[in-house]
Amino acid sequence: MPTSRTATIDPSKAVSALLVAAAVAIVGLLIVVPLMSVFYEAFSGGVAGWWRAVAHDPDTRHAIWLSLTVAPVAVAINTVFGVAAAWLVARFRFPGRSLLISFFDVPFAVSPVVAGLALVLIFGRQGLLGPTLAWLHWKVIFAWPGLVLATTFVTLPLVVRELIPVMESIGPDEEMAAVSLGASGWQVFWQITLPNIRWALLHGIVLANARAMGEFGAVYVVSGHIAGATDTMPLRVEKLFQEYRQPASMAVASVLAGLALVTLVVKFVIEHRLEAEARELELARSTDGTTHDATLEAAGP
Amino acid sequence: MTESTPRMIAFAVNPTQEAFRGPGREGGAGSAGIRRRRRGSVLPGFGTSAAITSMVVLALIVFPLAVLVLRAASLGPGGFLAAAWTPRARAAYGVSLGASLIAAMVSSLLGLIVAWVLARVEFPGRRILDALVDVPLALPTAVAGLVYSALYVPKGWLGQVLVPLGIKGAYSFLGIVLVLVFVSLPFAIRVVQPVIESLDRDTEEAARILGASRLQTFLRVVLPGILPAVVTGFALSLARALGEYGSVVFISGNMPFKTEIAPVLIVARLEEFAYAEATTVAVMLLAMSLALLVVVNALQQRLAHNAQ
Repeated sequence: MPTSRTATIDPSKAVSALLVAAAVAIVGLLIVVPLMSVFYEAFSGGVAGWWRAVAHDPDTRHAIWLSLTVAPVAVAINTVFGVAAAWLVARFRFPGRSLLISFFDVPFAVSPVVAGLALVLIFGRQGLLGPTLAWLHWKVIFAWPGLVLATTFVTLPLVVRELIPVMESIGPDEEMAAVSLGASGWQVFWQITLPNIRWALLHGIVLANARAMGEFGAVYVVSGHIAGATDTMPLRVEKLFQEYRQPASMAVASVLAGLALVTLVVKFVIEHRLEAEARELELARSTDGTTHDATLEAAGP
Repeated sequence: MTESTPRMIAFAVNPTQEAFRGPGREGGAGSAGIRRRRRGSVLPGFGTSAAITSMVVLALIVFPLAVLVLRAASLGPGGFLAAAWTPRARAAYGVSLGASLIAAMVSSLLGLIVAWVLARVEFPGRRILDALVDVPLALPTAVAGLVYSALYVPKGWLGQVLVPLGIKGAYSFLGIVLVLVFVSLPFAIRVVQPVIESLDRDTEEAARILGASRLQTFLRVVLPGILPAVVTGFALSLARALGEYGSVVFISGNMPFKTEIAPVLIVARLEEFAYAEATTVAVMLLAMSLALLVVVNALQQRLAHNAQ
């Protein structure tokens, strides 16, 4: 690194310093100050006050419980979908493949509120399936299944988007070799594919979980916002804010912010593993080439 | 089909090597290679993965959005316009588009500075700064909205200083822009950063040696190289900002005609059981988002093409 820097022309030290100062100011003012103020405000009443706000309010307790039951289910659906979709798209060529890939991005582009509304139009009392669901006594909207559906929708691209590039770069050679040696589909998946993609998969799961825990717009629309029943943690933050209970609201927000920070640390560690693995892959490719040449030479005479 | 050929070629070469190492090395290599090539081009699991993928995509993405559009279409052109083009809805589109465009521009500019520094300058704490950039992706938007409004109210940390100066960051249009910049900043940075890292510095050096000033080098050599990435980052930021709800609802005050964005209007209409208007406004927003998605896809393909 140092050699390449001396060889090229960087802006002079003064300009560099100015740019660094600007970048630190931007990130500091927009990201660090708000993040610090969550914890400052949350603990302004001391740890005891924070604990009372988080653990002693039954509605807040229920919200935490609800978030902890909705997010894992949404993440699990995402994981199964992500692996299947990445396998399909990275290992096969078929008509409509590009169109399918652009569909994966739709939840990123669509406003979560629009997604929530679409679910209400299907499963709500006035919705397409409303009468059927009423007859079956199933509640989707204003209930747990609706929360899971909305959360799954907004997190849908996260796992598959992580897996596609990794699976494309690894290539199908190992899997094809395993199949040709008589391995079954599941054997190939558990013994070849999964070990190869495990860090990328974990990365996607961590991101999907963070998004699932924090989702607001889509969940807001389908939940009906009923305290103690369908309020997830982010919805509880809003409810407390509307009730002018700022310290309690900040306390719940600090739990979510803490989760976000844990997510970032885990993500950081996983990214290191991913980079290391990508380097190993490069290395294996280059040495593979040489051994291949060597075998050809050896086989020659 | 064309994309799979190189892999098949690679595979056709590989097995001989495998067989050479294997126990039955004499004579077996050739026939094994042929057998593998025939079977190997078709990996297992196409049916299962296609079934799971198409079921989820159809049930969760295509079907709900189709229902939404059909529901709006069932109003007929006149009914659609009457519901989607009310004065309050027009104002909401204006606020949404205006705030999102400004936020995306600010994000692109600030993001360019941060991306440049992260990609080019070595300084203590660079890795920490790099990690902090991801905070808005992980932090729930409701938390961001709550904290921003607390910071910019007259008694807040920043409001104490800014409100006496006449800068109202809470319950104002500016507040909407502020949180939209927060949520879209990582997109603007992360798209541009790798492109700056991959820039060929020799060209810049050549420009400088040939007498170009630093500014000229930046404008004539660097900027054309990173412009597609900056535009992509802008489009992604815009898409993210247009749909944002959670953070805005805390800080904007949600005053109709002034600080009400389109997603907030949708929720307001839904809570009044005015399904027709909620649906038509949602379809307008959906159309904008999908159009942006098409633009982003085209831009990203160009970006990938440029990288090659």
